[in-house]
This record gives sequence, structure tokens and C-alpha cells, in this order.
Amino acid sequence: MKKTVLLGALTVAGLAAGAAAAGTLDDVKARGTLNCGVTTGLVGFAAPDADGVWGGFDVSMCRAVAAAVLGDSSAVEFVPTTGKTRFTALASGEIDMLARNTTWTFSRDVDLKFTFVGINYYDGQGFMVPKELGVSSATELDGATVCIQTGTTTELNLADFFRSNNISYEPVPIETNAEGQQQYLAGACDVYTTDASGLAATRATFEAPGDHVLLPEIISKEPLGPLVRHGDNEWGDVVRWTLNALVTAEELGVTSANIGEMSAGTNNPEINRLLGTEGTLGAMLGLDADWAKNAIMSGGNYGEIFAMNIGEETPIGLARGLNAQWTNGGLIYSPPFR
Amino acid sequence: MTILTDPPKESFRLSMLLYDTRYRSATIQAIAMIAFMLLAAWLINNAITNLNTLGKPMSFGFLGDTAGYDINQRLLDYDSQDSHLRAALIGLLNTLVVAVLGCITATIVGVFVGVMRLSNNWLIARIMTVYVETFRNVPVLLWIILAMAILIETLPMPRAFKGDTPTATMDLFNTVAVTNRGVYIPEPLFSRSLGDIHFLGDMALRFDVSMDLIAFLVVLGLSIFGMRKVIARANTIQEETGDRPKTWHVLLGLLFGPSIVLMIVLGFHLGYPELKGFNFRGGIHMRNSLIALWLALSLYTAAFIAEIVRAGILAISTGQSEAASALGLRPNRTMRLVILPQALRVIIPPMISNYLNLTKNSSLAIAVGYMDITGTLGGITMNQTGRELEGVMLLMLVYLAISLSISGLMNWYNNSVKLVER
Repeated sequence: MKKTVLLGALTVAGLAAGAAAAGTLDDVKARGTLNCGVTTGLVGFAAPDADGVWGGFDVSMCRAVAAAVLGDSSAVEFVPTTGKTRFTALASGEIDMLARNTTWTFSRDVDLKFTFVGINYYDGQGFMVPKELGVSSATELDGATVCIQTGTTTELNLADFFRSNNISYEPVPIETNAEGQQQYLAGACDVYTTDASGLAATRATFEAPGDHVLLPEIISKEPLGPLVRHGDNEWGDVVRWTLNALVTAEELGVTSANIGEMSAGTNNPEINRLLGTEGTLGAMLGLDADWAKNAIMSGGNYGEIFAMNIGEETPIGLARGLNAQWTNGGLIYSPPFR
Repeated sequence: MTILTDPPKESFRLSMLLYDTRYRSATIQAIAMIAFMLLAAWLINNAITNLNTLGKPMSFGFLGDTAGYDINQRLLDYDSQDSHLRAALIGLLNTLVVAVLGCITATIVGVFVGVMRLSNNWLIARIMTVYVETFRNVPVLLWIILAMAILIETLPMPRAFKGDTPTATMDLFNTVAVTNRGVYIPEPLFSRSLGDIHFLGDMALRFDVSMDLIAFLVVLGLSIFGMRKVIARANTIQEETGDRPKTWHVLLGLLFGPSIVLMIVLGFHLGYPELKGFNFRGGIHMRNSLIALWLALSLYTAAFIAEIVRAGILAISTGQSEAASALGLRPNRTMRLVILPQALRVIIPPMISNYLNLTKNSSLAIAVGYMDITGTLGGITMNQTGRELEGVMLLMLVYLAISLSISGLMNWYNNSVKLVER
């Protein structure tokens, strides 16, 4: 019996590793749907609405890729993953891409064998505490109980931060954001720490968001972006340039409102190349000529997606900050479509 | 005169492997064995090749790397700069703690409920039936989550103990603090402690042994040895004269006297928990993740043990209890001296399975954030290093080793209580 279990595990691992080899683009086309890994639920980034339809900043990325590859932004199978299960899901081929607040780090890129195709949100780790604690800085948190999602970079940053400031803390490991929220609101932990954007999104769902403050310290760089498996560069290119298309569209002023007239042809050759009326960029990727047009039409350009899901008009209320276009003093920058 | 000739000596021919029934089964088994091993080799080779193509060849080197994460409940010293192996060891100890605590509690509750379920008192018997049926028919994961939710939502936060008019106060003469982060109880401290002995220097598997604890165990061992002597002497006197000398005060003195003297010598005092800053400090902190897991696992497994105990008791023929009452034994003595010792023979083997189940179910710990070995080695370490196959194999080996040790121990005990046929 014990042997069978071991063999079973080996078989699964063997099959899983085998499936990871190549040809994701063809697989997705043949399957007719894109398997996209998202969070188990973080309002604004990826969460199902009352009708069970997924929406959010990360979800829009999945939909844009599905629109670019399949011409249908609804042809996405959303696979909820936790901080712990996400990498196994991607490495085993269960999902084609992961768009889930995942920080681009050296070891994930090099050692875990993933390819980060770009950065769609420049984030940093922050702390949220109840106002009544009267804490104004993270360095005052000596002896505090901290809720932390396991298997994340934030867990390691937290250990480093407290260690380098020579203060102690008590970690309470949790698996999902919902669990963290429950423990934090019940007072089982004093502090909730994760990416600042996630904290803002979580706080927006509280009954009394005003009772909680985000501390000023941002203790890490958390560049978040979609990622795919190592070794399938064609597929990596598709996801990378879909993201770049959304960014370029904002830079060039192509929006979901004016894309109809723009795609009839403009006097800006880069817009024409982007929207497929000039050149063969789509064919080079192995996609239709109007791939980028479909991607942009699925949810708008980068700016529109940001504003609709997490921008200042939404309950989450994140300012563009670092995530503004480079032309506006931010870091969002796409290589040229040429 | 008859001439006896030996039957012609049969020489072994290759075809006999197939046609001779003496050898045929061995042949088939050998072939099956080879086929099985080939299959296994193919699967292992396949996994290794695929991992190599993926650029992740099998390697256990990650165990020596810096873990980088903290663990809240640690029985040995550990910080985020220790290795993944050390983190796995801390997790293993946490698994063992909850398994041992769970097995003991489940046995006590289970035996009690099992006996009570056979009670003649209608109300008690029915209450026990309800307990057994609710606990064993709901998945243990739900019980764990429910226990945790109750602990978190109903108990006061440490902050409620603060201020001039606190909404919560400590219990038992200000010595125990019950909060929604766990229970803080006083800890034993020694002002003239004998210190610890360190083993294995700076290695990942280093551990300390408290000399105080060893001193107590030695003294306790000597006390028990002395008590046995006293009891043996009392037995001899009883056999010779028919009168049993009073021994209970001597026994009591022997049991507690030397330990109390040792406690005074070592300067025993209690360290009480105190609210400092965000949390209570000092005392022993039993985190609510441990309490929830422990409670849920014990109560769940106890329901199964209760049924095993009930079955064991019912397996003893009624003649036994009738004979006992004919001798004038009271019901609870009948149970303790006549029925249970015989029932044990039936009870022990299925009990082993339940201990194993409890231990393996403790891997659900992550649901409440208890850092057992599945949480450290099989959770954070696996996630940070991306070594899924190696991690899972190590994890399986660890659980296998724990389970085999438990069943080995229990089988040894079973052999010592089983019916000795003469």
C-alpha cells in the first residue's frame, strides 16, 4: 500500500513534469479556453461578483490574453489559487498563466523556473492596524501579533524587517486573504500585513474602513506581474506583448471607446501596427492581425482597467502613483511596437 | 527376494519451471516481481528525466539553505536564519506534541464515553449516543475550523484586559489569562537551575536537554522504586500474619517528598503571564491554533474510540459480570477489575488505527495556522524552494516513520495484554 502511494505520487509528478514541456499556445487554441490562475478572492484584483462572474485588475489581464488568443474575452477558466498552491498549479500545467499579485523575485524567476512577462503593478509591503491601538509607525510594533499569508514573499520580508529593527513579533500564518480578514477583525492579530494594494482592497470591504490605518512604512519592493512557465518562449511572448499592448494603448490614447474608429486606420504608424492595420505583428506571434484590438476591447487599455477596478473612483481608491505612465512620471513603460 | 531400486534421479530441466507445479508458482512470482520493478524503475526514471528537462534535478540541498521565515510555536530554539531542515524539525516536534496530547485526551474521553454509553441511566446513555453520532459523522476539518472560530470570536482580545476599567480579567487569582490568541498559564521556573546540556553543537538538528527535568525524572524513578519495595513488604507481612500494615501515608510521602525537596533545592517558583504592550508576556502560551486542533482531533477521535470500547465491553460474555456480582463486587469494580482487562484484548488492535488516524489528521493543522511539519516542510519550505517532489517524499517518509513507531509500540503493548494460552 505504501509503495503504491509513493508510485502514485511519482506518476503524478512525472506526468505533471511532462505536461509542462511546450506548446501552450497551441494547447490553448485547441482547448478553446484559457486556464488562468487568480487569487481565491481579493476585491478589485480578482473576485467573483454576485452572479459568479470574475472581475478585477488581474482578471482583466486574463481576459485580455484570452481575447488576444481566442478572440473571446469570456473564454477563460478561472482557477483560484492560494499563495501556497499557485506555483505548483502553474508548474504542473494546470493553469496556462498566473495573474495573481505575484512578486517578481530572483529565485522565483531563476530557481522556481518561471518567466515573469512584465510588471503590471508596482507595489510594496505595508501594515494595517486598528486606529484604537494608537500606533503610528511599524517600528512601534514590538511584541505585536501579525497575520501573514504563508508561502509569500511578504512572509520573508516580515521576518527580515523585524529582525533588522531588532524587535519581536508573533506570526499567525493564514492561508487566504479571507481568513486573514476574519482573524484581523476578530482581534486575533494586531496587525495585518501584505502588499499595500491588497491592504487597501481588503480595507475597502470592511464595515468601518475608517477605523483602520495603513502605516507609512513600505518595507519592500513588490513588483507584481503575470507569469508563465520557463521554456515556452512563444507563449511567454503572447502574454508579455498582450500586457505591453494594453500599456501602449494607454500611452497612445487608444481606449475602448475610440478603438472602433482608430482601427479603421490612423496617421500614427505605431497605432496602426498595434491594431493590425499595418505590418504583420499578429502573425509573428502566431495570432490574428486584430489580436491587440481584441485585447484592448475586452476591458480597455491599462489606464481604463486600473481606473475601473482599483482606481481612485472605486472603493479601493488606489492612486496611480508609481503605476502612472512614464510620460506622467510613473514607471509604467512598454517597449515599442515595431 | 525383491530388489528395491531407487526411482530414477530426476535431473532439473528448464521446462520444469513452467510445467512442474512445484516450481510454477515461484516462476510466476519472479516474473511478476521483475515486471513490477521495471514499472517502478520506469516511473522513477520518467520523473527524474522530466524534472531534469524542467531544469529542476532531484536534490535535497535545499534543506541546508536559510529558511527565512519565522515559526510561532517552537519547542527548540529557532529563528529565521536557521536552515529549512531545522524548520522541518520544529514542525515535526509540533506535530508530535499535538499527536501525543490528542491521543491521551482521546483515550480518556473515549473510554469514559464508551463505558457511559452502556450505562443503565437512560439520560446519560442517550447523551453519549448523541455525542458519538455528532462527532464521528462530521468531517474533522469542520470541527477544527469550528473550534478555532469559537476561540477567536468569543474570547476577549488582550487589549480588553487593558485600561482602568478592563472588560476582561484574568482567571484563577490572576494567574491564567484566557484570550482569543490563546491561553497563558503560569510556567515553572527555577532560580537555582542546573542548566541545559546542548547536543550536536551548531548543527541543524541540535537540541537541549534540561538538567532540571532529568533530575526530576531520576528522583521520581527512585520514589517509585521505593514505593514498590514498601508495597512488596506489606504483601509479605499480609501473607505471613493476615494483617496488612497501613502504608498509604508512607507511599504518599515517598511519592511527593523527594520531589518537593528537589523543588525547594532548585528554587522553584512560578512565572506569571503579564500584559505588556500588545500581548501577554511570560508564562506558557498555549496558542489557540494548538488548542483548537487538539480539542477537535481528540473529540473527533474519541467518538470512534468510544465505539471501540463499547464493542470491546459487549464482547465479554454477561456471565463474567454475573459471576463478579455473585462474588459481591460492586458495578464499578466489576468494570475496572473484571470487564475492562478482558475487553482490552479486543480494544487494542482497532485502537492502534485510531491513534494513527489522529496523528495523520493532525496534518490538517494549516487550516488554523498551526505550524506542524506539513505547514513548515510541506508548506512554506516547499513553496519558497519549489522542491515539491522532494518535500512530499520527505513528508511521506516522516509520517510513515511516526506511524510505524506508534503501531510498533502499540503492538508491543497488545502482546503484553493478550490472552496467554497455557
